[in-house]
Amino acid sequence: MTHIPAAAPATDPSADPAADQVPASPAALADLLDAAGYLADPGLATACFLALRMGRPLFLEGEAGVGKTELAKTLARVLGAPLIRLQCHEGLDASRALYDWDFPRQLLHLRAAEAAGERDVARLEGELYDRRFLLARPLLRALETSPSVLLVDEVDRADDEFEAFLLEVLSDFTITVPELGTIRAERPPAVVVTSNRTREVHDALKRRCLYHWLDHPTFDREVAVIRRRLPAATERLAGRVARAAQRLREADLLKPPGVAESLDWTEALLALGARDLDPDTAALTLGAVLKYREDQRRVVADGLAALLDGG
Amino acid sequence: MRGATETMVGFARTLRAAGVPADPERVHAMLAALGHLDVLDPAGVYWAGRLTLCAGPDDLARYDRCFAAYFAGEAPRLAPRPPAVAVRRAAAVPAGGAPGGAEGDARAATASAVEVLRDRDVARLTAAERAEVNRLIAALSASPDLRRSRRLAPAARGRLDPARTVRETLRRGGETAVLLHRAPRVRPRRVVLLVDVSGSMRPYADALLRFAHAAARSGGRAVEVFSAGTRLTRLTRELRHRDADAAMAAAAAAIPDWSGGTRLGAELKEFLDRFGQRGLARGATVVLASDGWERGDAALLGAQMARLHRLAHRVVWANPHRARPGYEPLTAGMAAALPYVDVFTSGHSLGALERLAQIIGGARA
Repeated sequence: MTHIPAAAPATDPSADPAADQVPASPAALADLLDAAGYLADPGLATACFLALRMGRPLFLEGEAGVGKTELAKTLARVLGAPLIRLQCHEGLDASRALYDWDFPRQLLHLRAAEAAGERDVARLEGELYDRRFLLARPLLRALETSPSVLLVDEVDRADDEFEAFLLEVLSDFTITVPELGTIRAERPPAVVVTSNRTREVHDALKRRCLYHWLDHPTFDREVAVIRRRLPAATERLAGRVARAAQRLREADLLKPPGVAESLDWTEALLALGARDLDPDTAALTLGAVLKYREDQRRVVADGLAALLDGG
Repeated sequence: MRGATETMVGFARTLRAAGVPADPERVHAMLAALGHLDVLDPAGVYWAGRLTLCAGPDDLARYDRCFAAYFAGEAPRLAPRPPAVAVRRAAAVPAGGAPGGAEGDARAATASAVEVLRDRDVARLTAAERAEVNRLIAALSASPDLRRSRRLAPAARGRLDPARTVRETLRRGGETAVLLHRAPRVRPRRVVLLVDVSGSMRPYADALLRFAHAAARSGGRAVEVFSAGTRLTRLTRELRHRDADAAMAAAAAAIPDWSGGTRLGAELKEFLDRFGQRGLARGATVVLASDGWERGDAALLGAQMARLHRLAHRVVWANPHRARPGYEPLTAGMAAALPYVDVFTSGHSLGALERLAQIIGGARA
């Protein structure tokens, strides 16, 4: 408790990634995201705004399909920066996440030097561990690309050893290559880390981040999201799909549908030329919204008409 | 700004008391976040705190409660915090009173007392015997079984490791003199323990939770513990205390439905919905410690067991009543669950818990 400064620093220029591009307020950022096709509520807009302003990673948790990955993509569009994505999986290691040496090229270089009659061993060795023989994997690429948006997707799928690599990158925005030295980001990338909570991510990593829990949207917001993403959908169709999706979320299913599923569903209906959602078209397209056989059977048994009435 | 800082630090202290991990580093981040937002706007203050001080969905409700109470100017109502380090460890009391005679005799007496205790049903112990059994349970080692990981590590044989081979080649001036290999590493398999704490399990719940504590201690992060009764409670954090008695006190404070009814099917469903299907039960050894006395719908329990069986590597059911002479799995819940159980064991005595530890370590029934 003792090392807390008496007053919060108003603005710290070193902690401002792309300060010139960050909108003035959360509301302004929400408008930009809106214009790019993503409807963010005030909480999420504040989270993104602070992440950009403070140069801290944004740690997003929430049910599958609530728009965690989509947010990073939209953020990249808004900032006019490339999106660099690291999809996590078990066994992900430094050579696939950070960097790797391009061994074939190094060997080729060695043979070429030999053929040319190069005798200066020390110089030759120095040449082998040069930046041009280093393959940048997503994390290194994000540090070297400025500006950029780094998406570390589903970090909970990587094993916990991997979090140690991530910690160095996300706290100091540096990567240390023993043969080469420390590579530092000129301007830290905007970072979005997502997790589905299949396991508890280490607290040290979370502490570096701003934590936001993304919930399923309210009915009105879901209608707005569907209409924004699929302009061909009428207000009526979007309303029917959103109402059904909201009911399905309360129906105690194995996998309640997220916004991603309502969008898929609407898209499927539009592809069939449906202008409204009735029990027949719903039965045909149920696979777009429910991905478990048990769930489908249960909803059909309870009656599709009951799911769709009202609204 | 000074007043605001003090207010916010006070708020963070309130949050910590309520169990939100608002440590100094997070408080620092919150103050920095406030610097970028409008301090006079309650929404700005709310989000600055929520984004920086919370670490999981469980924290959000606590945060909201504290925020409302603190900024409305009243002292928030807090749940009593479990004692940090409370009860002293029970002393090693050899059963049967003070041992007399030479030291060797005393030790022999203790050893034979342990042998006697091993097979005694924990529901029928005296207080002194129970203390001794608790001490022995705490000393149990229940290390998880190992599984092959996808991660490769240098090994003497296995697949070729191009990176290390080339690096070695470069070191020898371009001559490929040795081939180096790598192989998958082994990792502890996740163990999930679900302990039934309902009224009918009352005589055994304490010993089983102590067993869970011993497993959590020897298995580290690979072990997850939940209690089930009428509510599902995650106890992994509470059981991280090194001291068994302190861990038990923390767990007891966290379990809201101690000795209540049983809705095992509904509990299992909640476990699978919230944790299991997302990954906690995938490929894991799942141990259910329960008498299978289901007040709810046995068909629901059967359906959830089928789901669990599809996800888990192995489903172990420890039923303390199984050891009783003439026991038949006749309760509706047990009968519905049994087709999906890989290992059916007892767990009613110290010896049975040792057996359970071996099963968790990969032994066949």
